[in-house]
Amino acid sequence: MSAPAATLAPPSPTVTRLARPHVVGDALTIAWRNLLNIRRNPQLLVFATIQPVIFVLMFRYVFGGAIHVTGVSYVDYLMPGIFVQTVVFGSLTTGVGLAEDLQKGLVDRFRSLPMARSAVLVGRTLADLVRNVFVVILMCVVGLAVGWRPGGSLPEIVAGVGLVLGFAYSLSWLFAIVGLSARDSETAQAASFPILAPLVFASSAFVPISSMPGWLQVFANHQPVSAIVNAVRALTLGGAAASQVFAALAWIVGIVAICAPIAVSRYRRAV
Amino acid sequence: MSGTPPPAIRAVDLYKSWGDVHALIGVSFEVPTGTVLGLLGPNGAGKTTAVRILTTLLKPDRGTAEVLGLDVTREPMRTRASIGLAGQYAALDENLTARENLRLVGRLTHLPPARILRQADSLLERFALADASDRLVRTFSGGMRRRLDVAAALVHEPPVLFLDEPTTGLDIEGRTELWAFIEELVGAGTTLLLTTQYLEEADRLADRIVVIDHGRVIAEGTASELKAHLGATVIEVAFDDHEHARRAAAELGGVGELTLDGKAVRVNVVDGAPAMLETVRILDAEHLEPRTMALREPTLDDVFLELTGHAAEADREEVSP
Repeated sequence: MSAPAATLAPPSPTVTRLARPHVVGDALTIAWRNLLNIRRNPQLLVFATIQPVIFVLMFRYVFGGAIHVTGVSYVDYLMPGIFVQTVVFGSLTTGVGLAEDLQKGLVDRFRSLPMARSAVLVGRTLADLVRNVFVVILMCVVGLAVGWRPGGSLPEIVAGVGLVLGFAYSLSWLFAIVGLSARDSETAQAASFPILAPLVFASSAFVPISSMPGWLQVFANHQPVSAIVNAVRALTLGGAAASQVFAALAWIVGIVAICAPIAVSRYRRAV
Repeated sequence: MSGTPPPAIRAVDLYKSWGDVHALIGVSFEVPTGTVLGLLGPNGAGKTTAVRILTTLLKPDRGTAEVLGLDVTREPMRTRASIGLAGQYAALDENLTARENLRLVGRLTHLPPARILRQADSLLERFALADASDRLVRTFSGGMRRRLDVAAALVHEPPVLFLDEPTTGLDIEGRTELWAFIEELVGAGTTLLLTTQYLEEADRLADRIVVIDHGRVIAEGTASELKAHLGATVIEVAFDDHEHARRAAAELGGVGELTLDGKAVRVNVVDGAPAMLETVRILDAEHLEPRTMALREPTLDDVFLELTGHAAEADREEVSP
């Protein structure tokens, strides 16, 4: 994000001197603001984790007995799926928060300031990433409490968590587009769910894809949630993971590469 | 760029439409440096659209918008460094304190940290928010929010300020309070473009007034020029129903220039007392008994009614996005 205007000579001495907008500095300022918001509303963080905890308990103790996965215990199979599910649904908050800022006129204020244009989006997605770090750590603790025993080495597990966070970050950009296109935060929320539900449930997150009907397998095998879950699962179970990790990274990079420019251009035009 | 300095704000023949909705149809005006322009009009008149164009939030379909001689569409970043905007809704972060909100703007306008703190403190003091500096904005009253919103537009000390309906939604007390702050600000030399649908507000704060309706400028001048347009005095007679008002309007045409506004009849006259006497005689002869009757100075309300054929605050539907 360069600022060509800053390099021109001022035509009038009364025009305020312009400091070059700095995308990193501005994004950090916005991230600071969004993190303060999370800190001031800790209950939102709590609510965000209640649902995944319920899912852990439900799949571990209710459905888990009926789901058979060859070679591994179901809880070890399940936890990578839960991590991904948690951050996928959590990424919705990026869009909802942006829609709220638009609705309240805050985006108008930001757009009237001499700041970097992409900073509002970069800052928010960064703050949501920090938030996801907390959520994923919490879910690891919950997993360990219900018997999750990852077989991978520590670096492999850290890499798995890194993939989960990277995927969450890429989805933040997707939902930034939804949030910037929605009339209000409720619409943003309502519009996001139908995108998320099939991705999460028609995937390898909770059950082996081979147990699904043929037509659904085609979808489930070729969508990002399955790709991320497979890579994280391979890493946390321990064993060969290179090709899965590569596929997951490709999805993450691809989603950011497509969604970030669209989101930024939406932001510029947002009314 | 030589000779006389450009006006602080200049709009030349601005057009903006969304499909069939024509928000601006060739709007032009200027605001000389250090003065206050009141952009007056009902909801949906195009005021907000004009402000959004001048503050770089929206591109005009046609026409030029300049701030301090800068073309705002060509040099948006430099324009933004020189303007402050407080929009129709208090654009604040509810979960931040008053001071944090001001710091946020200070950091995003790239002021040195020490100056941000100084500015925040002095603005909180100036807008009577010092006691509430460290309270979360979500606990603030409507009036406090508006004051903080205007303060936030001033953090980087912009020479040009835009206030879009700053007192809409405030009670009388909150409004009078905010007016006092704005007057103080203007006294210090800030150029101000103020939009309002309150005629009293434009009358009190603005040096010049541009009246805008359905996307066009329909009148321009000082408050007294606009009032002078109407004769010296207004006789206002209100009735209990529309029918009586209509009959009275039919009879009183000879007294002065007449407008019928629902159950009220307004007559603009040059010489108040004899005209009043004549009005009483006519009404008495026709057995038309008014509910109230008053002789008063013309207000901008009268101007608006005269210019547009409808009252300024009657149209509550928001059209402009």
